[in-house]
Amino acid sequence: MKTLEKLNVEENLCKGCGICVAFCPKNVLEIKSGKVHIKNLEDCIECGLCELRCPDYAIYLVFRG
Amino acid sequence: MPSQLIEKYFRTNSLPHIWCPGCGNGIVLRAIVKAIDNIGIDQNNVCVVSGIGCSSRASGYLDFNTVHTTHGRALAFATGIKLANPNLHVIVITGDGDCAAIGGNHLIHAARRNIDITTIVFNNNIYGMTGGQYSPTTPTGDKGTTAPYGNIDANFDLCELAKAAGATYVSRSTVYGANMIIKQVEAGIKNRGFSFIETLTTCPTYYGRKNKKGDPVDLIRHLKEISVNKTEYEKLPEEKRMGKIVIGELYRGERPEYTDEYIKIIESFKGEI
Repeated sequence: MKTLEKLNVEENLCKGCGICVAFCPKNVLEIKSGKVHIKNLEDCIECGLCELRCPDYAIYLVFRG
Repeated sequence: MPSQLIEKYFRTNSLPHIWCPGCGNGIVLRAIVKAIDNIGIDQNNVCVVSGIGCSSRASGYLDFNTVHTTHGRALAFATGIKLANPNLHVIVITGDGDCAAIGGNHLIHAARRNIDITTIVFNNNIYGMTGGQYSPTTPTGDKGTTAPYGNIDANFDLCELAKAAGATYVSRSTVYGANMIIKQVEAGIKNRGFSFIETLTTCPTYYGRKNKKGDPVDLIRHLKEISVNKTEYEKLPEEKRMGKIVIGELYRGERPEYTDEYIKIIESFKGEI
């Protein structure tokens, strides 16, 4: 079974548009100093909507297994 | 390091891309490579051809065989590439202005020939790269730098155009529902014939700003609100259809494919020599 290893943010790719923050169903993310920031990872349900809609490939899920 | 998918299919040394913060083009581009990855076709067996415009910068970021061509002529170049190497998966990335205005003729003739090319239009309703001029898909009444009081032209329904011209797979999706783009690109690549996929994307810098439609998130929410799936649309009463955009698989047809027919002609003469 796949388990979430981490929710990765590539700061140098993030342009701070806020799309991932707005469409995250669990309010896991926030924008801090113009970049996306993980607020509460424990609420993440690994749906991958942030990765799907990030226009800059700055956020993605990494699975183990 | 970006995700495995991006590492595999992108020229990551050219990232971050030039698209504005919140531009939907990046969402469509990821969906395209995800579709290619899902089908599992060899990267070296794919050729991505693009024209000119914001969307057409896409070819520069992708690690396939790529050709960045002249304005509106992506389909003309792609037709040549496909005829020279019929086994190649040829994918055209184009914008609304590139595809419907400057390249309008190439579009209708590529569809008429039913040549096995998958065309993905990044429709952001405006010419973004050149400063926000209105395009053939700018909705009537909406503003652009060349239509400061509102556009009086009727906007093109590109899917109807492609269908009427002879495309054998026609679909539309939005960047809100990016999973639908993935499915449609997969279907388009698998279709042996001309596939036309219109993706409604967002231009916060020009279209959004000129029309006071809000930030990137508002623009994507707006796409969600105005789009309705084909099956749902057909059940809607006439008065509720106003202002809605139909998404989903809109048409599938069966006609002989162009390169197949061309090879048949070549084969028919082989015995005579």
